[in-house]
Amino acid sequence: MVHKKNWGKISFYLIASIIAMVILIPFFWMISTSLKERGALMTIPIQWIPDKVSFEAYQKLFKVFPFGRSILNSFYVAVMTTFITISSAAMAAYVFAKIEFKGREKIFALYLATMMIPGQVTMIPNFLVLKYMGLLNTFTGLMLPSLINAFGTFILRQNMMTIPNDYIEAAVIDGASHFTIFYKVILPLNKPILAALAIITFLGTWNSYLWPLIILSSKDKMTLPVGLSLLNGQYGSQYNLLMAGGLISIIPILIMFLFAQKYFEKGLSLGGIKG
Amino acid sequence: MPFKRNGKRFIIILFLLPSLFGLIFFSLTPMVSSFFISLTDWDVISGSPKILGFSNYLNILQGEEFWRTLKNTLYFILLYIPLMLLTSLFVANLLNSKYKGITLYRAFYYIPVITSWVAGALIWKWVLSPQYGVINTILGYIGIVGPGWLYDEIWAMPGIVLASIWKDVGFFGLILLAGLQGINPTYYEAAEIDGANWWQKFRKITLPLLSPTIFFVIIISIINSFQLFPQVMIMTEGGPHGATQVMVERIYKYAFEYYKMGYASAFSWLLFIIIFIATLVQLKLQKSWVKYGT
Repeated sequence: MVHKKNWGKISFYLIASIIAMVILIPFFWMISTSLKERGALMTIPIQWIPDKVSFEAYQKLFKVFPFGRSILNSFYVAVMTTFITISSAAMAAYVFAKIEFKGREKIFALYLATMMIPGQVTMIPNFLVLKYMGLLNTFTGLMLPSLINAFGTFILRQNMMTIPNDYIEAAVIDGASHFTIFYKVILPLNKPILAALAIITFLGTWNSYLWPLIILSSKDKMTLPVGLSLLNGQYGSQYNLLMAGGLISIIPILIMFLFAQKYFEKGLSLGGIKG
Repeated sequence: MPFKRNGKRFIIILFLLPSLFGLIFFSLTPMVSSFFISLTDWDVISGSPKILGFSNYLNILQGEEFWRTLKNTLYFILLYIPLMLLTSLFVANLLNSKYKGITLYRAFYYIPVITSWVAGALIWKWVLSPQYGVINTILGYIGIVGPGWLYDEIWAMPGIVLASIWKDVGFFGLILLAGLQGINPTYYEAAEIDGANWWQKFRKITLPLLSPTIFFVIIISIINSFQLFPQVMIMTEGGPHGATQVMVERIYKYAFEYYKMGYASAFSWLLFIIIFIATLVQLKLQKSWVKYGT
């Protein structure tokens, strides 16, 4: 007789595997398609596994588009944006959490209020300002708006507030400056949340589409999503090419995810940050 | 008072400077100027803006396009929200167990979440191909002739909904899972002693105690629904015959393809107002069904 517990176990693995399969089939299809020759794309019945494996799409991809360059651009922009966002937010959060001054709560409320403004309202004036500053099609222009991140500031402030003031007072008595306290006390104590925020900022920037689409116009400046969408516009039906590009754009973030799944999950559950 | 290096005032100014700069120049000022731009006719290329007053707003509200995008978005929400809630609740409950290998399953479910929307939309455009896609092939195995999906006015939006569920179920499943794990297990133990079955436990314990999390998920996903963009741009470009045109896609096209900055800004303010109202309505409605612990 099968024990009741075993049934629970069996049905768990069965259902969980079916869902995993449904979720992974599109990825399987992407990989399979990227390894097909152009002639094998539109066959009836479809070829789940290519009859003949070919790297034609990958060769062509790097020929028709500076895709290697896009990968580097994406890395550069994601790393720098993460650094800018986190430093700017952490510094502000420290002031809002630990240094009292007149009008502090009002300024903080102003930060929070910006969370309500959809990016679509500010993107047109931001585009125009960057245009007049001559910063269109530059990474500086692309990254400048990430100086303000109300959500990150808010989360970090909440965490910093839980650090007892005694720690800070003790450090002040020892003659430590605010810089030292910030770097040696506050930041180390907030490492897990900083890591989680950094990871979702990196992820959001890596995957970001609308803003880079507006700002970046030359092929050698494009990040992966913008490059992919351009490719989609030019080779809309050459799916082996598009799937090869899509796969390449996913692999770096997938590798990061496999190494830091815990932090990804923590970061993602912080809230609905959208790329 | 002179600034003392490392003095309190010096530190406050120095530490707030980067974010204040961003706040003022890339958030507050743009918000105000966006409103003023929305009162003008401005193509940026040929010179200075022409002041129109509110006629951009009137034109948008009197044209059929705005109402079509609203209708399309509501169609999306109507399909997406219930389906997304059901699937992510199911996934969250499934993952709320201690079986071996659970981390691996979680990893599988998150892969679409960490994938960019552009790559995801490209995959789904191909998956949904009427003749050569896997969905209609699988439907064919069980004798169903699949629809034209993205080429069909009625089925294009459901196609985008399917892609969106696939992309988001891991994310919302994760949020709901965190909510589930916050429920005190003694409630379930007490219910089991009273002989409650799983449905009664779900209905009487899980749902009420999870309702604040569900509410959060609904708020976030409705805001996101009004901001649909990459999936539409990549999969359909708003077609066929405008069946998947949505607000952000229109705003993008008006501003950056037709260079009608005033018209696009007015459109973006209408979007803001709609999101604002939708959120307010939900905050009001929550009182009737969200149970906050005391």
